[in-house]
Amino acid sequence: MRELDIKVGAVCVYHALVPTAVEALAGSDIPVAAVSTGFPAGLSPIEQRIEEIGASVAAGAKEIDIVITRAHVLTGNYEALYDEVRRFREACGAAHMKAILATGELATLGNVARASMVAMQAGADFIKTSTGKEGVNATIPFGIVMCRMIRDYFERTGYAIGFKPAGGIRTAKTALEFLYLMKEELGDRWLRADLFRFGASALLTDIERQLEHSVTSRYAAAHRHPMP
Amino acid sequence: MATVAEIFKTMEYGPAPESDKEALAWLGKHDGTFGHYVGGAWTRPGKTFDVINPATAKVIARVTNGTKDDVDAAVGAAKKALPAWKALAPHARARYLYAIARGIQKHSRLLAVLEAMDNGKSIRETRDIDVPLAARHFYHHAGWAQLLDTEFAGYEAIGVVGQIIPWNFPLLMLAWKIAPALAGGNTVVLKPAEFTPLTAMAFAEIVHETGLPPGVVNLVNGHGETGAAIVDHPGVDKIAFTGSTEVGRIIRKATAGSGKKLSLELGGKSPFIVYDDADLDSVVEGVVDAIWFNQGQVCCAGSRLLVQEGIAERLVVKLRARMEKLRVGSPLDKAVDMGAIVAPVQLDRIRELVQQGVDEGATMWQPSWACPTEGCFYPPTLFTDVQPSSTIAQVEIFGPVLVTMTFRTPEESVALANNTPYGLAASVWTESINLALDIAPKIKAGVVWVNSTNLFDAAAGFGGYRESGFGREGGPAKRAVTGELPLIDRTPKLFIAGKQARPDGAYTRRIVSPSGAAVGEAPEGNRKDIRNAVEAAHAAKGWGRATGHNRAQILYYIAENLAVRAEEFAARIEAMTECGKKRARQEVDASISRLFTYGAWADKYDGAVHSVPIRGVAIAMNEPVGVIGIACDDRYPLLGMLSLVAPAVAMGNTTIVVPSQPHPLAATDFYSVLETSDLPAGVINIVTGDKDALAKVLAEHDDVEAVWYRGGREGVKAVELASASNMKRTWATWDDRDWLDRDEGEGREFLRAATHVKNIWIPYGE
Repeated sequence: MRELDIKVGAVCVYHALVPTAVEALAGSDIPVAAVSTGFPAGLSPIEQRIEEIGASVAAGAKEIDIVITRAHVLTGNYEALYDEVRRFREACGAAHMKAILATGELATLGNVARASMVAMQAGADFIKTSTGKEGVNATIPFGIVMCRMIRDYFERTGYAIGFKPAGGIRTAKTALEFLYLMKEELGDRWLRADLFRFGASALLTDIERQLEHSVTSRYAAAHRHPMP
Repeated sequence: MATVAEIFKTMEYGPAPESDKEALAWLGKHDGTFGHYVGGAWTRPGKTFDVINPATAKVIARVTNGTKDDVDAAVGAAKKALPAWKALAPHARARYLYAIARGIQKHSRLLAVLEAMDNGKSIRETRDIDVPLAARHFYHHAGWAQLLDTEFAGYEAIGVVGQIIPWNFPLLMLAWKIAPALAGGNTVVLKPAEFTPLTAMAFAEIVHETGLPPGVVNLVNGHGETGAAIVDHPGVDKIAFTGSTEVGRIIRKATAGSGKKLSLELGGKSPFIVYDDADLDSVVEGVVDAIWFNQGQVCCAGSRLLVQEGIAERLVVKLRARMEKLRVGSPLDKAVDMGAIVAPVQLDRIRELVQQGVDEGATMWQPSWACPTEGCFYPPTLFTDVQPSSTIAQVEIFGPVLVTMTFRTPEESVALANNTPYGLAASVWTESINLALDIAPKIKAGVVWVNSTNLFDAAAGFGGYRESGFGREGGPAKRAVTGELPLIDRTPKLFIAGKQARPDGAYTRRIVSPSGAAVGEAPEGNRKDIRNAVEAAHAAKGWGRATGHNRAQILYYIAENLAVRAEEFAARIEAMTECGKKRARQEVDASISRLFTYGAWADKYDGAVHSVPIRGVAIAMNEPVGVIGIACDDRYPLLGMLSLVAPAVAMGNTTIVVPSQPHPLAATDFYSVLETSDLPAGVINIVTGDKDALAKVLAEHDDVEAVWYRGGREGVKAVELASASNMKRTWATWDDRDWLDRDEGEGREFLRAATHVKNIWIPYGE
């Protein structure tokens, strides 16, 4: 197992903690990701949101998680959505950009599909379901719709965009459900960290519990595993 | 086995085997050999034939080949059982059917594994579709049995029904045939398919455990000759057959002029029509469910894919990509998409027809992976460049083979769809409701699914039950009477949000009988308790979105748990009202029956489709009213309450119940029944106390959608006056109902009060 060199895809923090995280991870190859653009609501003035990206990149963040303006989707103003994400993309420069759609606030699966497509067209490297702060976060139906849009975009353009379900994935079982989803809808290529991520803080302990169970055949307790 | 490190690299699926241990043990218990189930007993095995697992080609059991004499004995037993069975009270038959439904659920895994071993279909399907739907059919028809005398007044049971079922859905077809026949008061002689008799044998055991009277259900194994003996038997009043069109034709000829009623459910070559605005990813999954469900061995399989030309190429690319990912393998692997073909003879037929398709010039495509070599497996197969005149476009293949044709206009799609001797089902895919509603009526098929396929449910009219006939001779149901239970003194509380709650005011009311004897104490609820109860009822509004089937199950479960405590409730009613032991018991029994009635109605109070003078339809949907306050009749402490609460809850409302003021303790006893019956918190809240005062609070409450009140004239007036605040619906009466009488105490009047009708107008046409 050791030669597999299993590690997290990134460490995702608020802007204020970027320097701390960069320092802590120095020399590890693990990138620091910053949630940005008025996370989680995305309602601060646009110039401020763009400045925020620049500040996080300057502080050493290699990945930026932007949030979109939900109102653009709810009012069908996709041109405004495109322009917004495009400007975020430009502000990111070389940094990898994940577009958080906040699917739980987009009302319909049709809106999720359209928002996914526009975010990819505007230059997102990843599309991500949620901030984790919405009432409903990563669900399988949202995942199916977003993956099918990624497939469609790939078939039409040849660009492979990544997917990140976020929020509510706390058990190994839910994680497996998303792995099946990627394997079935997009193929094995999308089972690797460059195209698939999910939040792991609470998940890690459950995976440890399941591993313990598979070794000992006894059900494991979370409190017997050190917190990540 | 692969190591974890290897799996990290390959990301391959591993095996996920379902154990066959219990199923093998069950077969072992029967020495792997079965006779017939006739007159409530197993016959001794006679001359047997082998039952083979098509996935392994191994013999797993032997069953007796039914002779003419065997059929004779079975029909005799059915005839003998008929008079008593059809004379039984509807509620009694409902209880038997309910018990069978429960039995199927209790043994669901055994049935699912047996079915997978016997038929070759995947455990995923048997476990998630065949067996739950079989149970659902018995639940649903337990409901019809309960409502028989009111909803099918004037219908008579037909008598002895001979039933011959196919191998593609062995248990489900059995349920679909037996449940309506029994509900209607008929007795049954059924022959399972010779390839797949095993779940029917397990079903016989379940029936036996329920104590169903001997001879009501008889199962005779055998081949075509055994079926012919049933068809020809003069003692059989009706034949119900599902299977091939060839055999259907033979049966139609054999029964012609015999006076026997007949129902036939035969083959199909159903169109699956895709228009250019359809969501192609959904279409692909639809196709998978249409033609690769049960290896395509489905009478209503969407076996002809008709695609609008402009999107045909794109759809075929997507389909091939999806087919490449389908997994064919052991039916007992929980992660396979397709299992085995039922028998070598069927596999040969599929191979021959596919070869013929190739010979006639169509292009065949199969995925690159190979099927298991042992056992009867066939890969998913896609034909393109198919002519409407090709053999494979015309005949039923009954296998995982899809033929594709294209069209340019909606008119052409209809012409192609209808160009078949069959007319069972069709599937229409478009994002335009106009187009869907324009096309659906033009297709000559019994079922049209829009943007979906292969949807089945007992409520959606799988034909048969009305034709099976219904009787209406009454008679009291016999039921087991449990011994007297000593009562332990209890502290009744209010019941709010699924929890027992002490009253806000912390006062208690002494409850005395008419002669002045102390019976107990009841909490005195006040307006704050009502406020809390209304909040709880609003929080429980998800109940209205639960399926009718789900609500039905819970109502039945409440009845089941009440029945266990019938003696205790009767004693309580007798102590409070001094109505006499017999009357008290009658009230409890009627309460149980009433719960069954509304369990029955929960998934049957359908809306309507009105014909309106436009090109289109108006759909009338019944919706729950919402939160209903119910102040109950005083005289019947339990039945008076349930006669109002059960219809309200069955229709998806949530309730605040103010029970009988002088006799509230049956209601407070009742919440512990609710607690053990899976009823979601807040659906029924019980607040005891001063009825008129509490009813007024409910009537004044702006967040209560309706108030039902039964009491004095003054109380009626107060409720109606107070209701003006938010113009809530009221149903307040001072009439004196005989709740024991079914005509007065239950029925559509109550359901109407519990629902709003919403009319949705849909003009259509392109």
